[in-house]
Formats: sequence, structure tokens, C-alpha cells
Amino acid sequence: MKHLLSTSELSREDAIHLLDLSDQMAEVNTREVKKLPTLRGKTVVNLFYEDSTRTKTSFELAAKRLSADLINFSAKGSSVSKGESLKDTALTLAAGGADAFVIRHSASGAAHTLANSGWINVAVVNAGDGTHEHPTQGLLDAMTMRRRIHGLGATAQRDLSGVSVLIVGDILHSRVARSNIHLLKLLGAKVTLVGPSTLMPHTELFEVDVNLDFDDALAANPDVVMMLRIQTERMSGNFFPSEREYVRNWGLTAERFARLKPKTLIMHPGPMIRGLEICSEAADSPQSTIVEQVANGISVRMAVLYSLISGERSLDV
Amino acid sequence: MSSFVLRGAVFADDSVADVLVADGRIVEIGNNLQGDEVIDCTGLRLLPGFVDLHTHLREPGFEASETVLTGSQSAALGGYTAVHAMANTNPVADNAAVVEMVRNLGARAGYVEVFPIGAVTKGLEGAQMAELGLMNQSQAQVKVFSDDGKCVSDALVMKRALEYVKSFDGVIAQHAQEPKLTDGSQMNDSELSAVLGLKGWPAVAEESIIARDVLLAEHTGARLHICHLSTAGSVEVIRWAKSRGINVTAEVTPHHLMLTEQLVSEYNPLYKVNPPLRKQSDVLALREALIDGTIDIIATDHAPHAAELKDCEFSAAAFGMVGLETAAAVAQNVLIESGRSNWQRFAEVMSHNPARIGRDENQGEAIAVGAVANLTLIDAEAVRTIAAQTASKSSNNPYQGLQLKGKVVHTIYRGQFTVRNSELQKVVSA
Repeated sequence: MKHLLSTSELSREDAIHLLDLSDQMAEVNTREVKKLPTLRGKTVVNLFYEDSTRTKTSFELAAKRLSADLINFSAKGSSVSKGESLKDTALTLAAGGADAFVIRHSASGAAHTLANSGWINVAVVNAGDGTHEHPTQGLLDAMTMRRRIHGLGATAQRDLSGVSVLIVGDILHSRVARSNIHLLKLLGAKVTLVGPSTLMPHTELFEVDVNLDFDDALAANPDVVMMLRIQTERMSGNFFPSEREYVRNWGLTAERFARLKPKTLIMHPGPMIRGLEICSEAADSPQSTIVEQVANGISVRMAVLYSLISGERSLDV
Repeated sequence: MSSFVLRGAVFADDSVADVLVADGRIVEIGNNLQGDEVIDCTGLRLLPGFVDLHTHLREPGFEASETVLTGSQSAALGGYTAVHAMANTNPVADNAAVVEMVRNLGARAGYVEVFPIGAVTKGLEGAQMAELGLMNQSQAQVKVFSDDGKCVSDALVMKRALEYVKSFDGVIAQHAQEPKLTDGSQMNDSELSAVLGLKGWPAVAEESIIARDVLLAEHTGARLHICHLSTAGSVEVIRWAKSRGINVTAEVTPHHLMLTEQLVSEYNPLYKVNPPLRKQSDVLALREALIDGTIDIIATDHAPHAAELKDCEFSAAAFGMVGLETAAAVAQNVLIESGRSNWQRFAEVMSHNPARIGRDENQGEAIAVGAVANLTLIDAEAVRTIAAQTASKSSNNPYQGLQLKGKVVHTIYRGQFTVRNSELQKVVSA
């Protein structure tokens, strides 16, 4: 694996390996000294063209816990605001001797272009590209499911066979959904997409089930309900008429939450809007994994950076 | 002026004869003709010089991508003797001064006849009609008008433009793209665009405008031409309109006859084009429509772009690809190599029909005694590997590295070789 651009490019072996490695990293993150010397002397560049708090911080912590040097680049206040191209920015930052670029960009495919255009010879991690993919989010979600469903210490080499997952909301614009769909299917889970028809993409190539009726989908007792963020600007685009109508049909309301079986996991990639796509009862319940997802994100990103740029160095955890 | 004989060339109807050219005209067709020079054309296919109804020469304003001279040279190498230069330059060709300038630049370059296309609306903004009559009355004698790159989306503006140009036998060439249905669109709307996360460009955005405009053409009785059909549905609408006797013509680009959306899978901006590459089922429908006459012409939509406009993330890249030097090979692939049509149809779609739509004098004529010698000779058996870098200033060539059958050997414009033995010649310009 030279880059991590999309979960659709992962083999089952790659995915299981990354998840096992993430669990090892999670153990490191419980220690008093949360640091490994593994990437000492390596340089990671955080190349963020879009605002991001959690993903950027998460990659930053991951790099630092592996002792890598880190450069934080954000488009605001940089040469980009003066019109510098992605190519020239990449060449400039790579000239300092980078080993990995972590890129967040509003253009779908920007990570592919950075990795494959021949501009630079550096490992590229896609931290979210437009409405395409967000592969480390998919990995951290799968990691979270594995740990909850199989139990800590019982995850090694396990996949998610037989686990039923609803992904609910704005699928059309969601890079989180795309990365989850590919990865969860690779790991044997059964994925059903739920949301208004206006926010549902063509799904033929994803080979998943689609159910526009949230209540009907919930009646099948899913193991996991993953709620996606609804951006209120979608209303002005006439994707749905009002918040009220959205909540009534596709919100995880207290009433819907009460109908779930007690072990159904409630997931959300954040940032969430309480009262719109998810109610506080669900978000704060024991079934909710929302805070765990953030913590697991750091472990997953440590595993990804380690896999891509450690070279022959061993992981002595 | 000296005379020359094209010896033993094969005409579109498969007959073989010599052609004597003198003083820029065809003076005799027969056997064993003699002239100052005799050029052996045995085995070469003799066709009327090609006419492109849809070329972006980029001058004035975007000379880093192409100039009238380099675009004309590229056209000559592709077997063209005339091109119609689109109006989306800077300044826009929306007045007599700009169209006359482009016309003059074409004459000075001397490689092909350059017919400027006038904008339909001022600044291509779709609101206020450009000075269509003055452009027509200018030395450029503009008869084709288009806001290409943008759609004349306002139905009233389109209706009025059709009515207005009808009075001097002009034609509106519509770039059919409903703007709201394609806001931010990057590629064909499909299962693949869903996976790639690229905003889709639905077929209906093209088809709905064509449907509206053929009805407007019927209502006004004016001539309508539809640029670059890209979908099977568009073919159906045109077929229906023609069956009703509506005065509409349609073009297809070489790339929409050959390439599909699958090429976008790796986010390579080389394959980003407006309208977007579609599915194989669309390609097959377009090929069929070209063969059966529903589509009248092949037009290149030659759209050169400087390297930096294609060496970037997909959504930042410019739309378009070059095509002048490969169009004839694509036409041969669709009509001849397929076994489905013949060289007479080839001559229609590459020369006769575009000249007829553009009302171009001395272009696209039958090869006959007395006609101006605008001629192209191609070696239909030659297979060449397409190089990215050609006479065009830009190298956004989607065929680069591919092998295509059919090569232009000689291009003769007004009795003068612009291309000889596949090499550009120095020309004496007007």
C-alpha cells in the first residue's frame, strides 16, 4: 500500500491488517506516556484546503504520537489565497522533504491527483476529498463496530460478517457514506442506505440496499444506525422542504430511538446537530459510540501513517 | 500560376481519375492529364476539403492556448480547408470589429478559410442580443451565431434570435445545456459519477433544451443547429424533429463518437469536456445517427487549453480537448472501418453538410470542373500513433498514444498545398 486514497482500493487483508494495527495503537493511547519513537525523523504534512477541526487535530495527534515531525498547512492565509495551484503548493511543501501528505480538499479526486499526477513522490493520505471519500473515517467506524460487537481483546483478524448497518441522511454529498459503504461491504456487513430520494445518489455500483422509509428500515432491527450530518444549506437547494419535515421522516428522534433493540449502536461522524438528524437521548445513550469514534480516529490514523511510511522499522508497542 | 495534376486518386464513389488544378481551380478531370507537375496519388482517397463548423481558435484573448495561425495549421494537418471560429474569445466576438479581425487573421495565416461565428448575445451573457445584423453585414459576412460554451437558456432570447437571423438566412448554433440542471457539474450523471463523488451532468439537461429549441424553430421557421449532441435521447429528439420537417441540423464531435465516461475514473482532467463523455450506449446511438443521417455533421469542438489548465485537480480543470488532427480518422472509424457506410457519406459529414449549414461559398463543393480546388487526400490504410504535441499550441489530446487508421497526406486550399506528404507547407497568404 503506497497511498490511502479510497477504501474501495483496499483488499480485505489490508483492511483487517489496518484494523488490527489500529487496536494495537489504541492500547498505546491508553498509556500514561502515549508516544512511540517509530516515525522519528519522518515528516508528515497536513495539507488542509477545507476547514476541519477533528480530522486535522486527529492526524496531528497521530503523527506526534508516532514521533513524526508535522507541518500544518491550511489554505487560509497561505499562498493559495494568492492563487497558487495545488501542484505548486505540493511541490513547495515536498521540497522540504516530506514523507506523507495528508490532504483535505473540496475537489473530489484531489488526493488521487496529488498521488498520481507525477508531481511528487510522497505517500498520500486522503483526509476527505469533496463528495468522494474519507477513508480514515470509514476505518475508524469499522474499528468502532468491531470493538463494540466482538468486545475489546477479541477483535484480531475478525471482520463484520452478518452485521446490518443503516446509513441515514444525505448520502449524495457524503464522503463518509462512500468510504463506509465500500469498507463495510468488504468486511461482510450488510449495508442499507436511508434518506430522502433527492439526497440519494445512483447506487447501482455500490451494490447496497436502499430504503427511503426510515421506519421501515428500523423495523428490520439493524445492528448499527449511522446518522450523517444534514447541512441546512441543502434546504435552499430544494433537497427537502423544511427541517421539520426532515426530522419527521429521517431524524433519529426519541420515539424512533426508543424502538431500537438495546444493543443497536448509534454512530455519527460529527459534527452533529442535535434536534435535527439526532436527538440528545440517542447521542448521549450507552449505545452511542460518538465519543469513542473520535478516540478511535487517532488510533486508525496512527496505523495508517505507520503502514505507509515506517518502511522497515518495526512496531515495538 | 503553375498547374499540377493529382494522378490516379480514388474519388468518394470509388472511381479513379486524374485531376488537373490550375489558377486555384479544378480545370479538368480525366485520364492521363498533364501539367507542370504530376503528383502520384495512386491509392489515396480524394475528398472535398474538410469544413469544421465548431473550432475554438482562442484568439483574441487566449493566445497561450491557441492562435488563429496555430489553429489554422492544425486544421490543415487534419485535412481542413475551412473552420468556423467560435465566439467565446476575449473580447467576445459579439460585434463587427472582432469578427472582421478574426476573419483577417485567418486570411493572413492562409492555411484555411476562417469563418468567424458571432455571439448570439452580448458578452455571451444570454440577456441582450448581440449585433447580429451588423456582423452579418460586415466584411466577415457572419451567418452562424452561437454562444457556445454557454447555452442561450432564456426561451424568449432564443426565440427572438431565431426570428431575427431568419431574415438573412442565418443559423443559431445552440450549445444545449440547461444551466440550473448542470450547476457545478463535472461529468456525466451516472452510477460512476456517484462513486467518484463528481457532480453529475444529467442527459436531460441537454435533451430538454433541444426539445424546446426544435419547437421554437418550428414556431419561427428559422434555421436551428444543435452543437455537440452527446446523448441517445438527444438523437431521438432530433430524429422526431426532422420527421416533422423542422429546419434543424445536428453535429457530433469525434470524442463523443469514440470515448466514454469510464475514462474519467482516475480523475484525469484530459477527459473533462463539455458536454461530458457519456456511456457506451450513447456512443453507439450517436454513431448510428451519423450513419443514418439524423446527425448531419462531425464538428471537432477543438478546444485547446494551456497545460496548467489540465494539470490540476479535476474540478479546477478547464473543459475541452483538441481534435482537428484526429477527426478524419475518427470519421473513418465510424463510417468506413465499421463497414456500415461509405466515403460519400464521409464527404457529406466532413465537408458538404457543414459548408451547407454555414452557407460557406467555395467550400464543401462537389469535386468538379470549375470548382475552387479545396481538396484533401488521405491514405486510408496508414496506421499512425497519435502524438500529444502537434501543430496546435496545446496538447490536451485524448487520443495521445492511441493508434488510429487513416492519415491526411495532402491538403490543398485554393489550389495551394498547405500540407504535402503530411508535412505543413509554407503558404502564400492572401
